[in-house]
Amino acid sequence: MSTPPRRAIKRASVALAATLLTASTLSGCGVFGSPDLVVYNAQHEELLDEIVPMFEEQSGLDVELRSGKDLEMANQIVEEGEDSPADVFLTENSPAMSIVDNAGLFAELPEAATASIPDEYVPSDRAWTGFLARSTVAMYNTDTMTDADMPDSILDFADPEWKGRVAFSPTGADFQAIVSAVLELEGEQATADWLAGLEENGVIVQNNLVVMQSVDSGEVDAGIAYHYYWYRDRQENGSDSDSSALHFFGNQDPGAFLSISGAGILDSSEHKDAAEEFVTWLTSTDAQQAMAESYALEYPLNPDAKLDPAVKPFDELEPPTVDVASLNGPQVTELMTAAGLL
Amino acid sequence: MPLAYVAFYVVVIGPVDLWHLLARPRIAELLRNTVTLAIACMAATAVLGVSLGVLVERTDLPGRRLWHGLLVAPLAVPAFVNGYAWVSLDRSVHGFTGAFTVVTLSYYPLVYLPVVAMLRRLDPALEESAWSLGHSRARTFRTVVLPQLRPALLGGALLVGLHLLAEFGALSLLRFPTFTTAIYDQYGSTFNGAAATAMAVVLVLLCLVLLLAELRLRGNRRYARLGRGAARSAVPAALGPWRWPLLGVVGAVVVLALGVPAYSLVRWLVIGTSTEFPVAELAEALVATIALALAGAVVTTLAAIPVVWLAVRHRGWASTVIERSTYIANALPGIVVGLALVVASLRLVPGIYQTAALLVAAYVILFLPRAVVTVRAGLEQAPTMLDDVAHSLGTGPLATARRVTLPLIAPSLGAGAALVFLAISTELTATLMLSPIGTHTLATEFWSASSELRYGAAAPYALLLVLVSIPATVLLMRSDGPATRTERVPA
Repeated sequence: MSTPPRRAIKRASVALAATLLTASTLSGCGVFGSPDLVVYNAQHEELLDEIVPMFEEQSGLDVELRSGKDLEMANQIVEEGEDSPADVFLTENSPAMSIVDNAGLFAELPEAATASIPDEYVPSDRAWTGFLARSTVAMYNTDTMTDADMPDSILDFADPEWKGRVAFSPTGADFQAIVSAVLELEGEQATADWLAGLEENGVIVQNNLVVMQSVDSGEVDAGIAYHYYWYRDRQENGSDSDSSALHFFGNQDPGAFLSISGAGILDSSEHKDAAEEFVTWLTSTDAQQAMAESYALEYPLNPDAKLDPAVKPFDELEPPTVDVASLNGPQVTELMTAAGLL
Repeated sequence: MPLAYVAFYVVVIGPVDLWHLLARPRIAELLRNTVTLAIACMAATAVLGVSLGVLVERTDLPGRRLWHGLLVAPLAVPAFVNGYAWVSLDRSVHGFTGAFTVVTLSYYPLVYLPVVAMLRRLDPALEESAWSLGHSRARTFRTVVLPQLRPALLGGALLVGLHLLAEFGALSLLRFPTFTTAIYDQYGSTFNGAAATAMAVVLVLLCLVLLLAELRLRGNRRYARLGRGAARSAVPAALGPWRWPLLGVVGAVVVLALGVPAYSLVRWLVIGTSTEFPVAELAEALVATIALALAGAVVTTLAAIPVVWLAVRHRGWASTVIERSTYIANALPGIVVGLALVVASLRLVPGIYQTAALLVAAYVILFLPRAVVTVRAGLEQAPTMLDDVAHSLGTGPLATARRVTLPLIAPSLGAGAALVFLAISTELTATLMLSPIGTHTLATEFWSASSELRYGAAAPYALLLVLVSIPATVLLMRSDGPATRTERVPA
């Protein structure tokens, strides 16, 4: 015992006093204070960090973000039920919106919030609205492959010739949304077979950025992801995209699936006016144009907003027709768990 | 409570579905990964910890004091920062080899520290007697010193194993799936899914196996000595021609465990394209981290006192069970504890959902064992006789506790609090789930940047995490470290 006991006690009480002081200072300066609007955000945090300050300035409201992943937050909201602190829920993909919608936890959106969004991106009960879209793509390494070597359909990646050559991130909500589209378009058995093939062939990585890196570095020949990862890297410095290219499946293939990011207002919200103002703003031309001009490079859904022409034009994507309200999250998780991917 | 939660959901799922969820190839793969990594890392940290400890304490290695400091220093580098440092320098560091390397380099101080503490306390007279009886130095080491090190070694290895079972950040960055990372993935897809609970069951069982193995191996031997022994240090063994090669080995460990993360961090701070220093956010995260860690450390240490009191002063099977059961939570990933608290608070006391209080409660559950281990060592060394003397002199029980026992165990309370502070400041998964809306800690900010591969943006947070950890590490280095509990004084 190197410390004289009395000094040690004194030290401990100083530490205790310091704790209480810091705690009270924290609550005093509003770190733990209550905001005007709480957004559970499963969209990219970086994008919201960029556009939310614009809304705050325009509306004078104080917005707090809580970030997480699509299905995690959707299930968390369901678990929270009436007690949910969330006012608005934003996702990267629509299956998470359906989970909350199926639990009856969304309030109907005001007319203005969906006025500028084409009908196919709003479910018929108008419980939520799409506000951005992303296209499924395959990336391939340009040193080892050409576009002609790429398969006609995303389902072909389950073929034995792709063993050890294709990277994907099964834990990501993005990939799970793609699976939900395959499920919707091809049925349960075909999806299970496809997943089993991918489990056999695939190189599993933790997210789509690592998919891109693995393809670009030549670790694998191809990878499954969304379009914007590659375009963003190109726009930034190209260090992870200079030896790779995108392959768009088009032709209404499940691999051309267009995934819709959704925004909805919780029925339990105590800040409904602020929430309606936010979602309406999010679909307005101003906000949509701001997102189109941001680093994000996702497709705005308001037809008046224009994305960088370097990105493959929205009307050339030829996506399959999928009802936005029909994509099933829980069944996808079950199928993926059964395939050993989760 | 997390255990009750897991048990509750096991009942909800039912045995048939549970079996269905467990008997699948993915579980076998995870089990193989988790067990091989745990065994390999425990063996490697044991060998590394003991040999480094002996080299620094018992030989004439040049610059021993300096090496001691450098060898403990990796404690201040959280495993996930270490993982980030390696993987961001070289993407080929992943899978089993990567995980094994990084985890071993991060965790070996957990064995090294108690071994050194034990070596310092061994009475050299024991060894000298062996020599006088004609044993060689090597044989004396094998037959006299090594058996004495056993409890420190086992205790340290147990901590490594428990840490590893719950490790998420480093293993996720290094792409080596274990039960903990798989539970996290399941949670990301289902929040409260049956498959995740089933995996948590396996994790609890693995933890039980570890605890029982440690108890069994340690046996019933007592390692205390009756007299105080001679308070002098042992004669260092001359290394002779081995001196420089061995110095090279110690140097290599320091370079790998400390040099690589330091180089990588500095590199990202200087050259990272996404490097920025958002002062307000950094300061906010720093303040939140320190406040939460301080509050958690104080509450956890206070909570440890009654547990230890029962375990030491009222020995029996019940108190052993209570003490040991706290370890189980240590091996459960933060995510399971977090989820248990989310569910429990929403159903029982919705008012505390997403408040700092609930987060602190999670920290107490997660890190109580670390405080218990350390405080216990202190109380074991405080003779009950002193209490009796105080009583006989007419001091009441409360006054005795305040004036006699508390001063005696104060240093170990400090060490326990330091250990918990370290653990909380680097906690990731429970913090992500339970933190009050708008509160970000250094660990959560670091994680959000590094998982988007913005290595440069993550670097300032990693640096602050290391800086925050330094004072607690120094405090631990001065005290005897976490596993001194294994030394028993006859009751």
